[in-house]
Amino acid sequence: MRFGIVRFPGTWSDLDCFHVLSEVYGQDVRYVWHRETDLSDLDCVILPGGFSYGDYLRPGAIARFSPVMGAVADFAAAGKLVLGICNGFQILCEAGLLPGALLRNNHLQFRCQWVYLRVENTETPFTLACVQGQVLKIPISHGDGNYFADPETLAELERTGRVVFRYATPAGEVTPEANPNGSVNNIAGIINRAGNVLGMMPHPERASEEVLGSADGRYIWDSIIRWVDGRNPA
Amino acid sequence: MDATLLKQVGLTEYEYGLVVERLGRAPNHLELGMVGALWSEHCGYKHTKPLLKMLPSAGPRVVVGPGEENAGVVSIGDGYVVALKIESHNHPSAVEPYQGAATGVGGILRDIFTMGARPIALLDSLRFGPLSLPRNRYLFNGVVSGIADYGNCVGVPTVGGEVFFDPAYSENPLVNVMCVGLAKADRLLRARTGRPGDLLILVGAATGRDGIHGATFASATLGAETEALRPAVQVGDPFTEKLLLEACLELAESGLPVGLQDLGAAGITAAAVEAAARGGHGVEIDVDRVPRREAGMTPYEVMLSESQERMLVIARPEDEAKVGAIFEKWGLNYSTIGRVTADGLVRVLAGGEVVGELPVRLLTEPPTYRLEGRPLPEWIERRRLDLSALADLRLFATPWDSSGAPVVSDVLIRLLASPNIASKEYVFRQYDHQVLVNTVVGPGADAAVLRVKGTSRAIAVTTDGNGRFCFLNPYVGAMIAVAEAARNLVCVGAEPIAATDCLNFGNPERPEIYWQLEEAVRGMADALRALEIPVVSGNASLYNETEGRAVLPTPIVGMVGLIDDLSHVCTPGFKAEGDLVVLVGPPPDGVDPASALAGSEYLSLVHNQVRGEPDIDLDLERRVQLTVLEGIRRGIIRSAHDCSEGGLAVALAECCIHGGIGFRDWAFEPGGRLDAALFGETQSRVVVSVSPGQFARLQELARNFGVPLTKLGIVGGQRFTIKGIVDLPLGVLAEAWRQGLVRALEGAS
Repeated sequence: MRFGIVRFPGTWSDLDCFHVLSEVYGQDVRYVWHRETDLSDLDCVILPGGFSYGDYLRPGAIARFSPVMGAVADFAAAGKLVLGICNGFQILCEAGLLPGALLRNNHLQFRCQWVYLRVENTETPFTLACVQGQVLKIPISHGDGNYFADPETLAELERTGRVVFRYATPAGEVTPEANPNGSVNNIAGIINRAGNVLGMMPHPERASEEVLGSADGRYIWDSIIRWVDGRNPA
Repeated sequence: MDATLLKQVGLTEYEYGLVVERLGRAPNHLELGMVGALWSEHCGYKHTKPLLKMLPSAGPRVVVGPGEENAGVVSIGDGYVVALKIESHNHPSAVEPYQGAATGVGGILRDIFTMGARPIALLDSLRFGPLSLPRNRYLFNGVVSGIADYGNCVGVPTVGGEVFFDPAYSENPLVNVMCVGLAKADRLLRARTGRPGDLLILVGAATGRDGIHGATFASATLGAETEALRPAVQVGDPFTEKLLLEACLELAESGLPVGLQDLGAAGITAAAVEAAARGGHGVEIDVDRVPRREAGMTPYEVMLSESQERMLVIARPEDEAKVGAIFEKWGLNYSTIGRVTADGLVRVLAGGEVVGELPVRLLTEPPTYRLEGRPLPEWIERRRLDLSALADLRLFATPWDSSGAPVVSDVLIRLLASPNIASKEYVFRQYDHQVLVNTVVGPGADAAVLRVKGTSRAIAVTTDGNGRFCFLNPYVGAMIAVAEAARNLVCVGAEPIAATDCLNFGNPERPEIYWQLEEAVRGMADALRALEIPVVSGNASLYNETEGRAVLPTPIVGMVGLIDDLSHVCTPGFKAEGDLVVLVGPPPDGVDPASALAGSEYLSLVHNQVRGEPDIDLDLERRVQLTVLEGIRRGIIRSAHDCSEGGLAVALAECCIHGGIGFRDWAFEPGGRLDAALFGETQSRVVVSVSPGQFARLQELARNFGVPLTKLGIVGGQRFTIKGIVDLPLGVLAEAWRQGLVRALEGAS
């Protein structure tokens, strides 16, 4: 399989995602420049973290208009996997590929810290290696991660199991104290209706090697690789 | 000569005379402005250059030494080099804390990627007045958000630094930023002209009227009129910086023979002149070709603007298109603004006419001053500390004891909650400290540790400096700053390999300030020699004073250490129940109490005094560091933490808090003063823990290096206990330490 990592001007987790997929996993991976429109060689596109276009105006608001995003929408419509991390999640919401929005953190400060995520749905291509209710230790690093959706959308997300990750305590309890940014229902990651586009604020690429403090992010990469390999038998 | 004009450009009558003499004519307005900027203390190091020669700068790992380039460079093996530099942005931050600090980060980042090195770590050394004053809270919050917003957007992790509060910094906060970069040795770039005919290409942000006279402003004392200087503070754009960073690294990777010089203080003038001086050439600049942010700018404004996020590229004419293509890819504007000449002159053209022409050497060789320093008598008097007048600690408060003497447990809790000691998590959680996935040990430990991908190695980074010690004795205080930085690196298992320094002082034209400066540089030099660590870069920020009130003399030492094997990284937290806790270095009450308490946080917080004469034995320091480093490398030591502010009791408590586990079984019988033993800040001490079976090996190691060891107690439980002296739940101490800074911020509002 082949991963593509999108680089917008101002993206900075591109190098980190590339490192994990290429050095830790030995996967075939290439960068996708924001002006590119042909993604036909890829199985999974990653929209990494950073400050695309400086996050000027609003995080993701400018990036959604870049040429590559049209191609990403077609790619998603074709059922291929799209993973938006941090700024990538914000861009997916701005682009309408995921519902809701990421507001300024409720305490108005940037937060870089380890958080614990409870896996709410293991029947997605991004979490099939996890067990229901498993707790993953993965860090966040954002100023605008406060997930918000209108009540109808929220109810639908909850009803259809599209909330994939929730901020929780290390023991897996979903509490207000475990919520680092004010996200509604402690939501840390959601998936689209078709189940192939996932957005999450935490950074799995920063938790993919024990030496950095956690390797729990590997459950996500393992899931993706297993899912794609299952559909493209060698 | 018009005195107002001279004051505006920051030159003295004498200096103006020198210019006229060397030039053989009077300079015009533009030329005068260029000389003023480059002869400012900030650019020209008029008062510090002769002193900085004292610092050792040679060593087997040194690739680029101080003053040669925008940053120093040392080799770390496996074909990799590390670039490092620290720089101040004190004056701008005092006037406009958010932009002042933000552009401080931007400037130091450019110093590093100018070398072709990818910035992999930022550290901030900050000093403020007490948070009880509203203005200090404004400065503190502004500086922290400025650093956060800039560093986070650019995507370089902020992994360490320190924050310290003292009334002497109330009007003049210190904002020192250190950056460390990583490069392949064969991809390093130089900031110099290549050969005559090469092109000068200006890339990045357009040039505006911001920051004009910034270098001059940074070389003057602050006063009532300072608010009016806010326009001299530059405004940062981290997004453009990020694009510049990536484009410059792509340029370095391209292998094209280019020189790169960033634009900082004194803008185009300093960048072009410094590159020409290094290359031994001249330069010709056509200001009409400089992209402007606003119409009607004069050549003077264009040449001296300090607009941020700009870079000067020196490229061969045949490579112009290739260089341009890289900048176009990153969406950056660029323009060829001039060329390298052979005549050793900097020539400025406007409207096809020569509007200024000066010898490069005139600009880069300002007069230097060696003054006669003399301490104030009351400073020397401060070294006397009469302990008989200070009540020692008592164990309990009892109704019948009206002595008012401090109680041990209360003091321990108060010290842990003091903003100078309390956790700085409130600050560093606002900084991305993990991006680039190298952070093995993040902020909060003795030093941060970053792995070097593709090798088994890691580097450790830290900054240190104690203005109170330096105030009481600048020579000894500066030695302690060096020793403590090195000790911090050793505590995480790293061998110190290079230093960078930032000298933060008042007005050096005053004999007492010059004395502090000279003594401090001498102390740094002696300590660096004793510990065999070269200085490879540095910066001086003088004139940190307002209406005659100077900051504490504060030399900040930034240091990089090398860890050969990533499996031997050590952290401060206690690890396991039953481990022995051992003090490496002078025993708890084995030193003179007056020197132990000199300049201590305890003395300041509890007795409201900054007095005494701090002391350090560099030979013992070196042997203590060797013992700890070897102990970590051989897998004997499981945790290590430097004893610094708050002394031994605070260090022990911090080891417990970091490890989430208690301490017990220390039967301490003080022979002298209890406060000096528990809270004295005697140097050259490290608290380590070892499994009981390893103690004999630690003893042998210490014996070989001639270093005293004291067995203190045992790791375990959830209480912090010194038999008969302190017995507190760990949770109480942890709460005080974790919440101290936030409470000081909130309680004050």
